Amino acid sequence: MFEHIPIQIRWAIGAIFAILAVATAIVLFVDRKRERADGPSELSLRVRTWWIMVIVFSLALVVNRAVSIVFFAFLSFLALKEYLSLIPTRRADRRVLFWAYLAIPIQYFWVYDEWYGLFIIFIPVYVFLFLPMRMVLIGETRDFLRAIGTIFWGLMMMVFSISHMAYLLVLPTRIPTPGGGAGLVLYLVFLTEFNDCAQYVWGKSLGRSKVLPTVSPKKTYAGWIGGILTTTVLAVMIAPYLTPMCAGEHPWRDPLLAGLIIAMAGFIGDVTISALKRDLGVKDSGTLLPGHGGILDRIDSLTYTAPLFFHFIRYLYGMR
Amino acid sequence: MECVETKPYGLLRQLFFALVVRPFTLVALGLNVRGSERLPFRGPAIIVANHNSHLDTLALMTLFPLSVLRIVRPVAAADYFLKNKYVAWLALRLIGIIPIARAEIGHKHDPLEPCYRALERGEILIVFPEGSRGEPERLGKFKTGVAHLAEKFAHAPVIPVFMHGMGKALPRGEAIFVPFFCDICVGEPFTWPGDRKAFMDHMEETMKDLAGQLQPPEWE
Repeated sequence: MFEHIPIQIRWAIGAIFAILAVATAIVLFVDRKRERADGPSELSLRVRTWWIMVIVFSLALVVNRAVSIVFFAFLSFLALKEYLSLIPTRRADRRVLFWAYLAIPIQYFWVYDEWYGLFIIFIPVYVFLFLPMRMVLIGETRDFLRAIGTIFWGLMMMVFSISHMAYLLVLPTRIPTPGGGAGLVLYLVFLTEFNDCAQYVWGKSLGRSKVLPTVSPKKTYAGWIGGILTTTVLAVMIAPYLTPMCAGEHPWRDPLLAGLIIAMAGFIGDVTISALKRDLGVKDSGTLLPGHGGILDRIDSLTYTAPLFFHFIRYLYGMR
Repeated sequence: MECVETKPYGLLRQLFFALVVRPFTLVALGLNVRGSERLPFRGPAIIVANHNSHLDTLALMTLFPLSVLRIVRPVAAADYFLKNKYVAWLALRLIGIIPIARAEIGHKHDPLEPCYRALERGEILIVFPEGSRGEPERLGKFKTGVAHLAEKFAHAPVIPVFMHGMGKALPRGEAIFVPFFCDICVGEPFTWPGDRKAFMDHMEETMKDLAGQLQPPEWE
């Protein structure tokens, strides 16, 4: 059934399941000592949801390319829906929001069609110009700037940024990628999510001075640096199996840079969504992922790592 | 208008909810539900909810397991839902509404008669005391019809439910559906407090409490 899946992808997915199994064992062990009175702990709920997410993501990645692209489009849809439900919107803008949603299938069609030119300008140029026009035709000018600004920022984050993950699937590289485009996606997503966990674990165990006390009071300098170091080391270690970087002219420099980009950008994505939630006065963006919160709480880092890693790879290894 | 009682389909109705309504409310809409454990599994019971959109009824009904769905009946206006025979078929057979004649209130016979019979059969009624969907996402004035029901079936629990977001997704008079996550907040069940004013006051107060818990974002 899965003969078409490259060996690297099978190993990578197997490794992720192994890590998850170890994490589950640790959480079960820690939980055994807890009082069982108030149901499963936040941590065990979080691990349980990780299992579901990893299974769904793996299936979406291995069936075929069309399924993977539809999966990412659906992810964008859930994220945009969560965002638009959280922020203040104007009654007059229902039809503008309808067009904003319609941008999702169109944007992902460019990915499926491997039409890079339109993929990269469709939202930043055409949707950018179209939505305000539609809004002006409705004629409500009160809060116009706030409305168009918030809707467009959401589209850029939840649709444009996230769609870069999908484009990695079809990106032609001048040095063949072991495991194909899915390998690059796994590399990006695994390192981004690992970085989230690493920063969390490091920040919990050491460090006092806060990086951004007004935005995210739990993030410490020690956690930040610890996260960056661990992620970068891991990025160098797994680069030969999932990326073309180690077969290139700079087999050490490039994976090192990729790791640094993912670690630092992941942090920025995380705190950007934190700032949004803080502004809106909510703790979690939703309830879709028990133990994590909403979709935005999980893909926050990816909104920054996906486009930056994509352009790093495309610039250095893309077909000229 | 003559209101003949029409029995909804059994299996077909369950299939319709399992295969059409439920996927739609879960994927296109998306629900955040609080207090679903307070919903009744047995009738007679009266669910009172605020009303902003046609989606209210559908979303609320998907919260019940399919086996309980058989006895869940939304009370709806006959003049609106029975004016066209296709809509009537959908409303009566698939959704399973109990049509009541709004225009006849004040006439000789009691327009709530079909509701009494449903409660006698042990069914769970969904009632929208605001009467109509009204202004989207604004709580309208509650009508007293539901108090008659609660008084007559004083032992039946009344479950207040507050919903937010459906009026943004599909408000009255709009044909285009726009996806929004919606909130459903189920409140503490109560029974007939003894007089009509106490009942209406309690219901309105609970509804405002539930609305206050949600603190939905601005929508102007």
